[in-house]
Order: sequence, then C-alpha cells, then structure tokens
Amino acid sequence: MSLLQVKNVSKHFGSLVAVSGVSMTVEPGELRAVIGPNGAGKTTFFNLITGFFRPTSGNIIFNGEDITGLLPARRVWRGIARTFQITEVFPELTVHENLRIPVEVASGFRLQPWLSRENDAKIRARVGELLEMGGLTDKAARLVGELAHGDQRSTEIMMAIALNPRLLLLDEPTAGMGEQETFVIIQLIRRLHKDNKLTIVLIEHDMRVVFHLADRIMVLDQGKFLAEGTPQEIAKNEAVQTAYLGKAA
Amino acid sequence: MGERLSDVVNRTAPRLMDKRTGDILIWLLLLSAPFWLPAAGSYVELGTRVVVFALAATALNFLLGYTGVLSFGHAAYFGLGAYGTALTIKFLVASTPVGMLVGVVVGAIAAAIIGLMIIRLRGVYFAMCTIAFGQVFYFIAFQWFSLTNGDDGVSAWHRMPLDLGFTTIDILNSSNAFYYFVLAVFAACVAAMAFLLRSPFGRTLQAIRENERRARFLGIPVDAHIWMSWVISCFFVSVAGTLFALMNNFVDPRAMRWDQSGTFVIMTVLGGMRSFWGPLIGSAIYLVLQDYISSHTENWMSFIGAFFVLIVLFFPRGVLGLIGRKAVS
Repeated sequence: MSLLQVKNVSKHFGSLVAVSGVSMTVEPGELRAVIGPNGAGKTTFFNLITGFFRPTSGNIIFNGEDITGLLPARRVWRGIARTFQITEVFPELTVHENLRIPVEVASGFRLQPWLSRENDAKIRARVGELLEMGGLTDKAARLVGELAHGDQRSTEIMMAIALNPRLLLLDEPTAGMGEQETFVIIQLIRRLHKDNKLTIVLIEHDMRVVFHLADRIMVLDQGKFLAEGTPQEIAKNEAVQTAYLGKAA
Repeated sequence: MGERLSDVVNRTAPRLMDKRTGDILIWLLLLSAPFWLPAAGSYVELGTRVVVFALAATALNFLLGYTGVLSFGHAAYFGLGAYGTALTIKFLVASTPVGMLVGVVVGAIAAAIIGLMIIRLRGVYFAMCTIAFGQVFYFIAFQWFSLTNGDDGVSAWHRMPLDLGFTTIDILNSSNAFYYFVLAVFAACVAAMAFLLRSPFGRTLQAIRENERRARFLGIPVDAHIWMSWVISCFFVSVAGTLFALMNNFVDPRAMRWDQSGTFVIMTVLGGMRSFWGPLIGSAIYLVLQDYISSHTENWMSFIGAFFVLIVLFFPRGVLGLIGRKAVS
C-alpha cells in the first residue's frame, strides 16, 4: 500500500489558484523531491499535506486513512513530521530542550506533570541518540538562537526525526546554507533515508541536492503538475527545461 | 542602535549567584521577614501584602512568562477568590479553609468556562477579551447590591483562627501567625507551579511561548495546552485572591477592576517575566515603593510609572534579568 496518496488537490486563495488539481503517490521508503520555479505552489502543496491549510478540493490519504480534514497535531500523531522553509525552532531553549520536547510528545508524555526516573532516563538516552545523529552533541547546552544557521537547520530536522515519523517533509532543507553546511545536511538526509528507511518528501531549489538524493522527482509549475519521473527522465524532459529556462531554450 | 544597556550589564557584571544559592537566600529572607522587617523600619503586614501579591504575579507569570500569553483580566479570578471567601465566611460557614476552598473553586470554574470562549484568540485580541470578561465580573460585584453590598464592599466578617483539632492557630490576632500562614500557602502554590514547569507538560508550554507554529507541528494541540495553562494560572491567582480577602477582612469591587490586573502585569514585568522569582521581586519593589512614596505624596503612581518605564526601556528582562537569564530548566 502506498504511504501517501494526494488525490487531485487544489487550493484557492480568493481568485488566486495556488495549487490546481495536483496528485502524488509516495511509496514507503521512497525519497521524493518536489521541484519547480518560484511561485510553483510547492510550499502550499506541503501545507496541504501537513494540515497548515485545508484544500479547497481533493483528498489526502495517509496510510489508508483520509486525513484531509485533520488538524496539524493529529497528523503528527499519525506520523507526518515536517520542517519549514524558514527555520522554526525554539530559540531561547537549549538544543537539548528543543529535542526533548518532541521526544516527550512522541512518547505520549505531553500531559504528564512528572516523569518517573526510568522514563526520564529513557528520554535522555533518546535525546542523546538524536544529538549524536545530528552532530549536535557538543552543542547540546547552547541556546538554539545562538547557533549558526546550519546547526539550527540540523536541530530542526532532528526535532522532526524525534517524533519517529513515518513520513518526513523537508521544505528546502539547505536554503541559505554554505557549501560545507549543505554537504552536512545532504549526508544527514541520506543516512535517514538509507539507514533508517525513512520515507522523505523534500522541496529543494539546489539541483545538485535533488539529483544526488531523490529516487523520483515531481515538477510543479504555476500550481499545476508538470512532470514526474526519475532524475534522469526529468533532466531530459523538454517541458521541464522550458519551465525553468523559458521558451528560448 | 548598539547594544542594550542590559546586555552590557549582563556581560560585565559577574554572575552574582547561582540558582540554588538564590533560592535558599529568597526562602531565608521570606522565613525571617517578621524578625528583620520591624528592624528595617517597616512592619510585618507589608511583608504579608508582598507575599499575597507575589503569589498573584507568579500565577500570572505561569501564563505570561512561561506560555507567552498576556492576560489583562486576572483580577477577575483574584476577585472571585476574594468574594467567594468573604461571602462564605460571612454567610455560610465561619471557617477560613472552607472559605478559601469555595473562593478557589468559584474562580477556577469561571476561568475554565471563560477560557473555552477566548482560547482561540491570540495576542492583543486575547488580552482585550480578558479585560472585557474581567470588567463583567467587576460590574456584577458593583451592581449586585443585595449580595455584595456594591461599592461599599463585603465587611463585618473576619478571618477565623485555624482549628487543627489538637491546637488552634490564631491567625486573626497575631500578624506573625497570619504572615506564616500566607507564606505556607505561597510556598505550596509556588512549589506546585515550579514542579509543573519542569515537567513534560511545562516544557510544552515553553515550546508554545517560543514558537507556536513549531509547537503545533510537533504534535502539541496548542489551544488545549494554552487553556490548561490559563486555568492553572487563574486557579493560583484565585488562591492569592482568597488570601487578599483574609488579609483585609474585607473585599470590594476594586479587587476585580482592570487596574488590579494591570498591577499584576506591572509587578511581573518589573521583576522579570523570564525569571521564576521575578514576580516576587516585582511585587516587593512595587509595594515597598508604594508604601514609602505614598506617605509623602498621593501621586505615588507617577513615580512607580516612571520607574516602570525606565525598567522596560533599559532592562526588558526586568530587575532579575540583571542577575542571570537562565530560566527554569
């Protein structure tokens, strides 16, 4: 069974059509990239999947269940985690606390007024694991707001991982990063995909990142579906080249 | 613009004390207040007042400083606690604990219901609605003459000595005994709040304060958690209200008015809303200044106002922001 089926979704903001009749099917274990020129509706498409907006029409099926009308928190409980185009973290809390909060939520402790010693130890161990995986161990006690952009980005990705998601959505994970930082993030995503068998959908502008990582690519243009295929197929696709480079190409 | 003055002080002043030393010092000062207050030319009743308002401001700060939600209507629940206590002791049962229990239950239930109506609002819209609901209670207390005696307030009753079965504590006639009674209630409430803030639930509140969108997309049902924080905060402000009525042996509608809510906010911001003890310090500064200045001029509020403006401009983290910035963690 497919993990995620987006069926013919549209989103209108007044007379503006941000997403128009787009469908997408993601299989378990797949790494899918969504690309397209500026204003193609990529982020809006993400927002429909994660419940930031409700689609004007169409359905979203996750793991066989229709989640079209669910609130964001309930989608998270079913296993959909995301990061944002502009980093969203808890700036005045430490890296450790930033990771601890999603670990506790994922463990079902969000309403607990206390933790047993045993559970506290489990949570700390899990946070330690995540810090290690994200290369953040030596920065655990720092406030996230004081970290470099790349480390904030890694923290945000690890916060999403802390939820034990079945599907991870990354909105431009390498936006605004230098060469070295981009490389670190690519390595991290590759490990999550290959070692942890995590299903990932990502939006990305950096084509090197996309062609390095993605199993399949979907292209959006002006809110509409343009093409889908393997990186090789997309590279050769004339419609895609036209959309990116203009008619003259 | 350059650096903020507070940043410069933060950087240059050595950390005066670590957190544990600070806690111990504060409790020692509070426990010994009846001994040193008279020596310092003051009186123990001022200490009692500081502790009562410190509880109200700390309760407000649970919502403001640790959840990031501003209420300008906490006086409503403070006043409900006060009226509940006064009316119970006057008309129903002449018992201090029963009066307090009724006051707190009434305040907390009102907060739970009103919370449901306003919890989807944010920022200034939320604050405006808390004022509006607060004023509703003020006008009810003002107009319902047959029960509340309107503007003249509920008088001709007094707090009752505590009967513990084997012994009786005379909190009515002994100022010191009443101070320690208030301090014990304060300690229990403050400990409960500190405990909650260190729990997984408390961390979800700080997550909401830091970044509501991120919190929502980490699976925290934000509205429900803000509602819980609101009810907890109003519960403890009701407890402060019951103590306020007991302290004065009297309550009138001003305990519920919007400017009373404003006083709680000023105390909290003055002391530092990111510090757990900030509201206590703010309450002490506010009330000591009021006590001192009001004996010289009736325009004491202009002086406190000017002091408040200076603090907000130069030390946005409040007086305690000078000492250390690490909050409960």
